[in-house]
Amino acid sequence: MRLWLYIVRRLVVLVPTLLCVSLFTFGLQQLLPGDAALALAGEEHDPAVVAAIRARYHLDRPMPVQYGIWIGNILRGDFGESLRNRIPVAELIASKLPVTIELALCSMLIGLLIGIPAGIVSAARRGTPLDVGANFLALSGLSVPHFWLGIMLILLFAVRLGWLPASGYVPPWESLGRNLTTIALPSFVLGTGVAGVLMRHTRSAMLQTLDADYVRTARAKGVLERVVVLKHALRNALIPVITLGAIEFGRLLSGAVLTEQIFAIPGFGKLLVDGVFNRDYAVVQAVVLVSASLFVLLNLLADVLYFLVNPRLRG
Amino acid sequence: MSASASLAIPAVVDRRRYRAMKWLARRPAAIIASLVVALFVAGALGAPWLAPFNPNAPHFDAIRRPPSDVYWLGTDEVGRDVLSRLIWGARASLLAGVIPVTIALTLSIPLGLLSGYAGGWVDGVIMRVNDAMLAIPFLIVAIALAAFLGPSLTNAMIAIGIAALPIFLRLSRGTVLVIKTEDFIEAARALGCSRRRIAVCHILPNMLPPLLVQSSITVAAAIIAEASLSFLGLGQQPPAPSWGSMLNAAQRYLSQAPWMALYPGLMIFFVVMALNVLGDGLRDALDPKHQ
Repeated sequence: MRLWLYIVRRLVVLVPTLLCVSLFTFGLQQLLPGDAALALAGEEHDPAVVAAIRARYHLDRPMPVQYGIWIGNILRGDFGESLRNRIPVAELIASKLPVTIELALCSMLIGLLIGIPAGIVSAARRGTPLDVGANFLALSGLSVPHFWLGIMLILLFAVRLGWLPASGYVPPWESLGRNLTTIALPSFVLGTGVAGVLMRHTRSAMLQTLDADYVRTARAKGVLERVVVLKHALRNALIPVITLGAIEFGRLLSGAVLTEQIFAIPGFGKLLVDGVFNRDYAVVQAVVLVSASLFVLLNLLADVLYFLVNPRLRG
Repeated sequence: MSASASLAIPAVVDRRRYRAMKWLARRPAAIIASLVVALFVAGALGAPWLAPFNPNAPHFDAIRRPPSDVYWLGTDEVGRDVLSRLIWGARASLLAGVIPVTIALTLSIPLGLLSGYAGGWVDGVIMRVNDAMLAIPFLIVAIALAAFLGPSLTNAMIAIGIAALPIFLRLSRGTVLVIKTEDFIEAARALGCSRRRIAVCHILPNMLPPLLVQSSITVAAAIIAEASLSFLGLGQQPPAPSWGSMLNAAQRYLSQAPWMALYPGLMIFFVVMALNVLGDGLRDALDPKHQ
């Protein structure tokens, strides 16, 4: 099958999925207890303000009409206005998303640097204490609550040793060095989870390829074990890991909520938490919608990558 | 005839369960994990008898005391015993682990049976909605739902249950699709069993092993999700103890009272790790390829 045809097919399937995501996001507003206009008004109980909110969000119109207006605005890039900051939500998202992308990229790098070598060593030394140790570390990375790990690392590296700042964020264009010091701990915290997932998948894929006939043939020909592992087995074992990496990246973009909160990083996750506490529901809905859309698109990217690197799918 | 057919399936399931238990018993990691989980459950259920102090009673003469003979794990910012709060907090974690999974199972089994067995447009609609829910990351769904429903442990559990539903539904439906092509289903149909009887007596018991494995993994994820929501103030409300809210309070006293942050996190870590090991063990034990 041709690549473009494959992408078009996958995009067609995405339409109903994204439509359902938008329905779910819109439906969140209906969960507000009591009158939605009163809930959106927050502390403000002035009838004129409540009436203005009702008119502004079209809450006096039938539900399908409300949805139609809402999704129409979204498709034009209008996510509404933040009740707290009084600026368009789209602007807020555009300013916060790059910070989260940088955090996700650094975490991914740490995850790759730890997870893939650990997975290779673990598979190549199957059954040895090294394998057991690597498995234990991977399971720990998957089981540790990241926000707690963040707190513990702040305690060690910021409070006790004073090597790194406890919180805050400096953009790279202001000072690259300070940017790296502020992003190091949160990236490591998120990277441990990714490393755990990647290590387990790399190990499992490597074990399968190391048992394959072509690897046995390479060994029988007298190829060095290191070459067998790193060249023959790893190349095929990395196929599922590449696609998994794209999915993990999507998860990182939305999974940094608590880490950003702990390290006071002004990213996408912190925007969500601030939106929740300020009862800024337009922001919460926008974050849900954008993170779901990003996740869907990164899943598509993962599928396309899989299609590209797996010759069997291309026929 | 149909009675004998329906009796044959539970026998197969029993044999598989017995083999799985035997396989699991040979794994020391799985045994240790089972013990940790058993201790966690026993601690949560026996909190009124095990906790040395009232978990909510402040002792203003013992504020932020380090671990000692009286307060084994120290005290918090208002002098409450950390150990007692940990033991009572296990209840919130146990509830948050079990109830969302029960919600997800209760909804996913009938929907999965309907979707997988009926097929056609019913399957199409259910799975499109499910795909959409799967697209929204677990914690984001839980936070958004908890935010809109209002902060409380009950709402947090509902939110986590709904967030966990899509994975269970996809698994249930996938399992039904595999089982319904098996020979014994064909045999049951040939014997004249009704669709409902086939679904309930023949397909349902065989759906349970993968759902059991998923449940153990999801209980672990739900415990972390509850701790996360409580940490953010969207779960258990003060002064009721929960491991997540204890960590939230501890964050402000990191340099003065690090024990406040250490123990709740370690508890979450050990319980979640034990559940993950148990989940891995169950998956290996129930998967014929591993036996």
